[in-house]
Amino acid sequence: MTTDVINDQSEHDSHDGEHHDHKMTGLKRWLYTTNHKDIGSMYLWFSFIMFLTGGVMALVIRAELFQPGLQIIEPDFFNQMTTVHGLIMVFGAIMPAFTGLANWMLPMMVGAPDMALPRLNNWSFWILPFAFAILLSSFFMESGAPNFGWTFYAPLSTTYSNGSTAFFVFAVHIMGISSIMGAINIVVTIMNMRAPGMTYMKMPLFVWTFFITAYLLIAVMPVLAGTVTMVLTDTYFGTSFFDAAGGGDPVMFQHIFWFFGHPEVYIMILPAFGIVSTTIPAFSRKKLFGYSSMVYATASIAFLSFIVWAHHMFTTGMPLFGELFFMYCTMLIAVPTGVKVFNWAATMWRGSISFETPMLFSIAFVILFTIGGFSGLMLAMTPVDFQYHDTYFVVAHFHYVLVTGALFSIFAGAYYWLPKWTGYMYNDTLSKWHFWCSLISVNLLFFPMHFLGLAGMPRRIPDYALQFADFNKWVSIGGFAFGLSQLIFLVLVIKCVKGGEKAPAKPWDGAEGLEWTVPSPAPYHTFETPPKID
Amino acid sequence: MTTKEYESYYVPAQSKWPIVGAIALFLIAVGAGNYVANLNNPESVGGGWVLLAGIALIIYMMFGWFNNVITESMSGKYSHQMDNSFRQGMSWFIFSEVMFFAAFFGALLYARTFSVPWLDGAGNNAATAAILWPDFTATWPLIKTPDGTETTGMGWYGLPLINTILLLTSSITAHFAHVALEQEKRGLLKFWLGLTVVLGIIFLYCQGLEYAHGYADEMKLYLDSGIYGNTFYLLTGFHGMHVTLGTIMLLVMFIRVLKGHFTPKNHFAFQAASWYWHFVDVVWVILFVFVYIV
Repeated sequence: MTTDVINDQSEHDSHDGEHHDHKMTGLKRWLYTTNHKDIGSMYLWFSFIMFLTGGVMALVIRAELFQPGLQIIEPDFFNQMTTVHGLIMVFGAIMPAFTGLANWMLPMMVGAPDMALPRLNNWSFWILPFAFAILLSSFFMESGAPNFGWTFYAPLSTTYSNGSTAFFVFAVHIMGISSIMGAINIVVTIMNMRAPGMTYMKMPLFVWTFFITAYLLIAVMPVLAGTVTMVLTDTYFGTSFFDAAGGGDPVMFQHIFWFFGHPEVYIMILPAFGIVSTTIPAFSRKKLFGYSSMVYATASIAFLSFIVWAHHMFTTGMPLFGELFFMYCTMLIAVPTGVKVFNWAATMWRGSISFETPMLFSIAFVILFTIGGFSGLMLAMTPVDFQYHDTYFVVAHFHYVLVTGALFSIFAGAYYWLPKWTGYMYNDTLSKWHFWCSLISVNLLFFPMHFLGLAGMPRRIPDYALQFADFNKWVSIGGFAFGLSQLIFLVLVIKCVKGGEKAPAKPWDGAEGLEWTVPSPAPYHTFETPPKID
Repeated sequence: MTTKEYESYYVPAQSKWPIVGAIALFLIAVGAGNYVANLNNPESVGGGWVLLAGIALIIYMMFGWFNNVITESMSGKYSHQMDNSFRQGMSWFIFSEVMFFAAFFGALLYARTFSVPWLDGAGNNAATAAILWPDFTATWPLIKTPDGTETTGMGWYGLPLINTILLLTSSITAHFAHVALEQEKRGLLKFWLGLTVVLGIIFLYCQGLEYAHGYADEMKLYLDSGIYGNTFYLLTGFHGMHVTLGTIMLLVMFIRVLKGHFTPKNHFAFQAASWYWHFVDVVWVILFVFVYIV
């Protein structure tokens, strides 16, 4: 019966004419577009440009740290580099890349004609380049860019900040608006636009993880907006939220910031879980092991993310009860995360595995993300955290989860869906070069940081004691190798967009999902009448 | 699975409004940034003008964007599913606003429960108090800060109480307007909705009076009078901005009602404005309790 209705409708559609390949050309197409695929592509390109921009900053940092002593840049500029590198990678590279994937894939995966609020979707994207233009323009101001670390702890960002803090604050406000609007669009698309028959527990896990991530975004991005607003008034309007002389407390800054900041790190990893939960079954030619436990594990991680924030602040002198509470809650997160890693391993177990590049990145993700998880568990222990706090061990930890975790999953997803996006297969040889160069160099880059941190090398310092010199040299070599390896990816993507071997509708024989039922490249409009899911 | 008839989901072809809005936001941020960064620099001009240009552009965008949406809606392009998208979108937007206020309430509660008592030696902070702030006594409202700034607490009776009654009443009148709309009693709808707008404006006026009292010499309650003044002005200030926005929304709805818009079944915009109004009302009640009374 539903089928009849759908047929009637498609006839009606053709009279409508409103959304039938009205593709504009040139710049206007991209400025005015309401199409989720166009907007997804813009997000992905933007995030890659930001990734290279932030990457260059990381290389400046690594160049300075190649040898002990001050060689290349001034300490203040070094601080600007670490700050803006962090801000760009978090808000400009990883998050927009995920939003780009969500835009491209979610409507196709749930069988919707587009995102639920297409014009809002365009706005969410286009405010982002402006936000980063403001942030980056502060490099050209007299005072220089923000130099207080991406976590902008008070009083560094208030009493001791330079003149560009106001621009930093308003740029972050715009990034927040973009994320909130994007997240609302994702939630509404998933809740309201699923094809008939696609119940919540039939949604691909990719959709689930973005659904939960979007809730986290809506809940915590406004808190970030509140935090930067208090920084703004403390800096320019004489308030004393973070100043003990007026009854406030700099530690309060850290509480409010990390109430945003901890869910934020899950915002950057839950979608990664969704991606590898898509690719691993596809290349193992098996159904995902423990689908429902994956859903519950994702939801548990999201819930726990709200009650662990103070593990970033063990050394601030919290009451003992606080230290214990946050330590145990943090360790609890290892349980649902362990469920996930177990399920990925179990999915591969006795699968008929083939090692295409998306799968290589996914397997690397599982192993290296787990290393990052384990170092997180070490950091979660309050007594030992007093040793690790603010050392390179922390830097190693979060780069393992964000680079070999989030970024590798984005690469896995990009390789997996590139044929669907462009209609051409990517160059396999280049992709293997990209993978192996990245894998080797990233470990050379980040693994020795563990040893540096355990030995006591502090983070965010442009100079260091002589005994750290050897490791730092290797880390810097790894950093440049990793940075250059990403150019392979750039060349590969440009080649793939321009042409190559034609991709069939479903290039991976184990792949499942509605996106593979449409041709490659996916038509400009897909699922104007929803498919029926049994 | 329930079989529900499939209606076409309207996907607008192209729109220039989002990019206009993006440029507007850019101007606002650059203008505000410039203005704030040069507060103490009398020679600097321009920031404020860029800010105003941005605000003008965003108002222009809103007119254009909403005009598009209203035209599409009235020409019957929207389905029931579309209506749901709008409703859900608006509810999650309000939820995000709740979290924005949560940040400031969090700061208020943290200051009251932790930082102010700790500065006076509570917990294990006796040495902090004795060495750093020996003359400081923790009170709330914090009428004397550790560095000696003195101020006065704002009582809950008088203007704040009147404001509470005004806003609670306006929430009820907004609800009556909604009921009247659903029962197609246009006359009553105009009356209740108009009354709601008037109550909102009176609230804002009273809030202005209260600020004038605070800034007068008898009270010396300024934005920079320590954590009490900070939380007081930022919470009531952001709330006041939201009331302003809500009043404008209701006013637009009033004009649309006069133009004969909305039917008992199809009135998402009205509903959204009324939800928003209830939301600012709830925030005020929480604010009244934690900022004024307790």
